[in-house]
Amino acid sequence: MTVEAPEQPAIAPSRLAPADTLRAAGIGLRTRRLRSVLSALGIMIGIGAMVAVLGLSESSKSDLLAQLDRLGTNMLQVQAGTGIGLGPGTLPEDSTAMVSRVGPVDTVASVRDVPSARVFKNDFVPSGQTGGLSVLAADTNLMETLQGSMTAGIFLDEASPDYPVTVLGAVAAERLGIRTLDQPTRVWIGNEWFTVVGIMESLDLSPDLDRAALVSVQAAETYLEEDLVPTTLYVRTDPVSVDEVRGVMAATVNPENPDQVEVTRPSDALEAREAAESALTNLFLGLGAVALLVGGVGIANVMVISVLERRGEIGLRRALGATKRHISLQFLGESLLLASIGGIGGVLLGSLVTAGYAALQGWGVLIPTVAIVGGLVAALVIGAVAGLYPAMRAARVSPTDALRTL
Amino acid sequence: MMLTQPIAPPQTALSLRGVTKEYPGTPPVRALRGVDLTIENGEFVSIVGPSGSGKSTLLHIVGTLDRASAGDVHVAGFDLAALNDKSLSALRSQHLGFVFQQFFLLAGETALDNVADGMLYTGRPLARRREMATEALDKVGLASRAGHMATKLSGGERQRVAIARALIGNPRILLADEPTGNLDSKTGASIVQLLEDLNEEGTTIVVITHDREIADGFPRQVSLLDGEIEHDSGDRR
Repeated sequence: MTVEAPEQPAIAPSRLAPADTLRAAGIGLRTRRLRSVLSALGIMIGIGAMVAVLGLSESSKSDLLAQLDRLGTNMLQVQAGTGIGLGPGTLPEDSTAMVSRVGPVDTVASVRDVPSARVFKNDFVPSGQTGGLSVLAADTNLMETLQGSMTAGIFLDEASPDYPVTVLGAVAAERLGIRTLDQPTRVWIGNEWFTVVGIMESLDLSPDLDRAALVSVQAAETYLEEDLVPTTLYVRTDPVSVDEVRGVMAATVNPENPDQVEVTRPSDALEAREAAESALTNLFLGLGAVALLVGGVGIANVMVISVLERRGEIGLRRALGATKRHISLQFLGESLLLASIGGIGGVLLGSLVTAGYAALQGWGVLIPTVAIVGGLVAALVIGAVAGLYPAMRAARVSPTDALRTL
Repeated sequence: MMLTQPIAPPQTALSLRGVTKEYPGTPPVRALRGVDLTIENGEFVSIVGPSGSGKSTLLHIVGTLDRASAGDVHVAGFDLAALNDKSLSALRSQHLGFVFQQFFLLAGETALDNVADGMLYTGRPLARRREMATEALDKVGLASRAGHMATKLSGGERQRVAIARALIGNPRILLADEPTGNLDSKTGASIVQLLEDLNEEGTTIVVITHDREIADGFPRQVSLLDGEIEHDSGDRR
C-alpha cells in the first residue's frame, strides 16, 4: 500500500480464512447439485477405471504369484526336440535314471506316448472320435513330481502295474462324461477295458496331461503297446539351482546330441501370460486417462459457465471486500472440490469393482496404495488445471459490470 | 500492515473534488463531469436523477468499486488515489456497506449466513460472524427468519436481510442503489423507514434513486443530470 498523505491511515487487509474459502467454494456445489454431480461423474469414471485396472491387475498378479508359489518355479520339462530330420521325439531309455543322478534334482518322472492307443467312453464309440484325448504311460511318482492333486480316487501306485487301471486328466474326464467315481467306471483303451481309479485336478503347469488318460508303464506294455520310450521328463529340482540344472539337462539326457533336447520351465509360460496381461493393463490405464481428461474438460466447461452465471455474486463479494485473489481462490476451490468428490467417488468405485471381480474370480483383493493415492492426486491435479482459467476469469470480472447484470 | 485509525474519525464521510469519469469509446462517454460533493458523517442523502445521469457511476466511485478518471475522492478519511486494489477491497470490507436493488443474496445460504457474509472478508471466525449477524437481523426486525433460506423470503424480507448484511460490520457509510426499486410502494416505504431509523443511530446513508417522491422525503437531496450536479439541497458553499 502506498501512503502519500501523512495523515492517511492504513487499513487492515481483507482476509479470508482457509475454512471460509472452503465454505465459499462449496456454495456453488450446494446450489447446483445435479450439475455438480454430473461434472464430478466424469472424473469419477476416469479415476474409477484407473483404480479398477490397477487393482484388478494387481489382484490377478498376486493370484498368479500365489499360484506360482503353490506350483513352484522349480519344475523343468524335458522333451526331445522335434523338427526336420529328428524323427519321432523320444528320449533315451535311461534318461530318467541319468537325470535323477544330477545332484539338485529332487524327483524325476517320465511320461511315454502310447501313440497306437486311444481312450473312449465305451467300445461302441467310432475309433475316429478321439475327442482330442491321448493315452500316456506315466511313472507312478508323476503326481508327486508335479505336486498335483486328485479330484477323485487315487493316482497310479505300485499296485497298478499289473492291472488295467487308468487315471484321467481333468479335461479327459470331462470329455468322457465322468464326474465321480462313486460307481465303478471303465473306459475303453486300445482293445481293453480299463478301470478308472482316479481323476486329476487340472494341472496349470502341464495342460497336456489334462487331456490324457494315464496308465502305468507296465500296464501299457502289457495291454497296449510294447517298447515305449520316454517322451517327456518332468524334473523337480532344488529351487536355488534351477538354472544350473537346466543348463546341464540336455547333455545329461542325451550326451551325444544335446541339441536335440528341449528343456523348458512351464512356469515361464504363466509369467509370459502375466506380461501380456500387463500390456493390456497399460492400454486400459490409457483409456482411463482419456476419460479423466474428458472429465477435466467437463469441469472446466462447467466452471466457465458458472463464472458467467454468477457475475452478480462475484460483484457482491467484491463489494463485501473480497480481493481478486479471494475470488479466484473461491472458484479454484470449487473446481478442486468437484474434482476431489469425483476422485474419492472414483477410488471407491474402482475399489468396489476390484473387490467384486476379485471375489468372483476367487482372488485375494489387492488395491495398490499407489492407485488410491495416485487417483486422488490425479483428480486434484485435473481439478486445479481445469479450475485455473475459470478462476482467473472470475477474478478479472469488473465489479461494476458484475453488479449491473441481472 | 495493521495500523491504528486516526484517533478522531474525520468529520467528512466522503468528499469528491472535480471528479470526472470517462468510459472509453468513440467518442468517449463522459458519465461524470467535474462533480464536487461533500457528505458529512451522519448525513442521510439521496442522489436522484434520470437514468444515464451518472448516479450509478457516482455510487461505484464513492463505493471504491471503480476509479475516477480525474479529480480527488476521499472516503472515510482515505484518499482513494493512494490506495491499491487490495487496499480498496479492505476499505470496502471495513468501512462501507452496500445495498442493491437486486438484493444479491446467496441462494444456498440461510438469512443468517447471508448477513454473516457481510463480515466474511474481515477474517473474523464464523461463530463470531453469526453472533453479529443475529444482532443485525434483530435490528432490521427479521430475527425470527434467521434460519430461513434466502430463496424462501419475500422481497421486502430479502432487502432487509441485505441491509442487515450491509450493517453488520458497523460501516461508516451505507450506500444503497435503488433499494426500493424491486419492491412495491408499501414495502419500499418500510425499507426507507428502516434506513431512517439506522441513520438516527448514526450511520451515514447515501441512497441512489430515480424516484423523486422517495428522494423528497430525505433531509438532503442531490440531483444529477448529464453527469453534473444540477441541484444540491444541502450545499453549504
